[in-house]
Amino acid sequence: MDVKAIKEVKLAPIRNGTVIDHIATGQALNVLKILGVNEYMDSTISVGIHVSSRKSAEWKDIVKIEDCELDQKTVDKIALIAPDATISIIRDYYVAEKFRVVLGDHVTGLAKCCNPNCITNKNEPIETEFAVISRRPTKLRCSYCDRELCNISDNLL
Amino acid sequence: MDFYDRDVVSIRDLTREEIESILDLSEKMVPYATGEKVDRVLHGKILGNLFFEPSTRTKLSFESAAYRLGCDVIDVSEMSMTSISKGETLADTIRMVDAYCDLIVLRHPYEGAARLAANFSINPVINAGDGAGSHPTQTLLDLFTMRQAKGSLDGLNVVLVGDLKYGRTVHSLAEALTMFGAKLTLVAPDTLQMPDEIINHIKEKGCRPAKTTSLEEVIDKADVLYVTRIQKERFPDPAEYKKVAGTYRINNAMLREARRDMAIMHPLPRIDEIAPEVDSSEHAKYFQQAFNGVPVRMALLCAILGGEI
Repeated sequence: MDVKAIKEVKLAPIRNGTVIDHIATGQALNVLKILGVNEYMDSTISVGIHVSSRKSAEWKDIVKIEDCELDQKTVDKIALIAPDATISIIRDYYVAEKFRVVLGDHVTGLAKCCNPNCITNKNEPIETEFAVISRRPTKLRCSYCDRELCNISDNLL
Repeated sequence: MDFYDRDVVSIRDLTREEIESILDLSEKMVPYATGEKVDRVLHGKILGNLFFEPSTRTKLSFESAAYRLGCDVIDVSEMSMTSISKGETLADTIRMVDAYCDLIVLRHPYEGAARLAANFSINPVINAGDGAGSHPTQTLLDLFTMRQAKGSLDGLNVVLVGDLKYGRTVHSLAEALTMFGAKLTLVAPDTLQMPDEIINHIKEKGCRPAKTTSLEEVIDKADVLYVTRIQKERFPDPAEYKKVAGTYRINNAMLREARRDMAIMHPLPRIDEIAPEVDSSEHAKYFQQAFNGVPVRMALLCAILGGEI
């Protein structure tokens, strides 16, 4: 067999659905947590962990979800843990839409404050709110108690 | 500087120029705070003084400040006396009190409570301490006392000693002093040193604080010695409190090494951090500091409610 002719396909193309690419390596499982993957889901999900990138020398993770398009809130949550991720909407094997996730200056209602004494953890009728104080790495500060959010992926709502 | 109708939630909300304008106004308020001069400029206004945590100085000085200016006060001193004990949210309590007064002063055990109150209240809110969070009016009166004692705030050598981890006054004070180019020395047991988050914040502002556990090593260089109580109520574990209680105790023998004009300050209440013999020395400024709560809070009430003196 001509070894050169073999094109190794690690994750098969999907017919319809969403591809989340350029996830920082090690974050794919947290992306799955955001997607709410469980036994009741009726899509097939393929996960590539520590995949070499064609465009750069770096490693990345990839998640492909069949027959599912993400809502804005889910995309915003992914931006918190994978700020370089791209989202491709696939329809009939073609990329119908492709965009990069965007992390704004403020994050509302996506994570809970890690300070147990913060007023946002006390059953008040408010959404949590954080200011983005650093983008590389992502750091958030609670707009209520001023405390820096200690572990973003553990505190996603 | 326009403070009319503004919330004062955190010292981070104020610029150096704004702080200076409040301190200048506080200076003007001193004869009114002592009763030497009288002006009921806030007659007809009502202050809602909500204290959901124990307080002596802050609550009384806000009341005194209001009465000196002719402003009426309605107040709550205990959570158990309010509908919060029946399960009402703070948001609802604030909306209700907001309808009864022109300005809300809030002390609350949870961090961020004042920001929430400011979001729900139409009238302005002053934070009088939220849990281990901010206490901006204490910072303003601390700065006012330092300026009074030393003539200027610029480039002072300030030694902060005691509980720098849980003590909310020192966090806001350290941040404010960096705006004035202060040199900070942080003296505390390792377990009670200032949190990295605050240190990083003041480093971003160009201050490089020195850390030590020995007060004796640094007392001779201090312009101001700011002492704090090791607060039993902030310790999750009583055994941890016992390990560090009484670590620093200022007495006259220790002060022999200090500069003659060094000012000693303390937000009070004190337990045994400063020996009573120090009270009569020239260094002791802590009772003056407690009095200064009145003119500084008068200045804020006047500026926010639009009274002119």
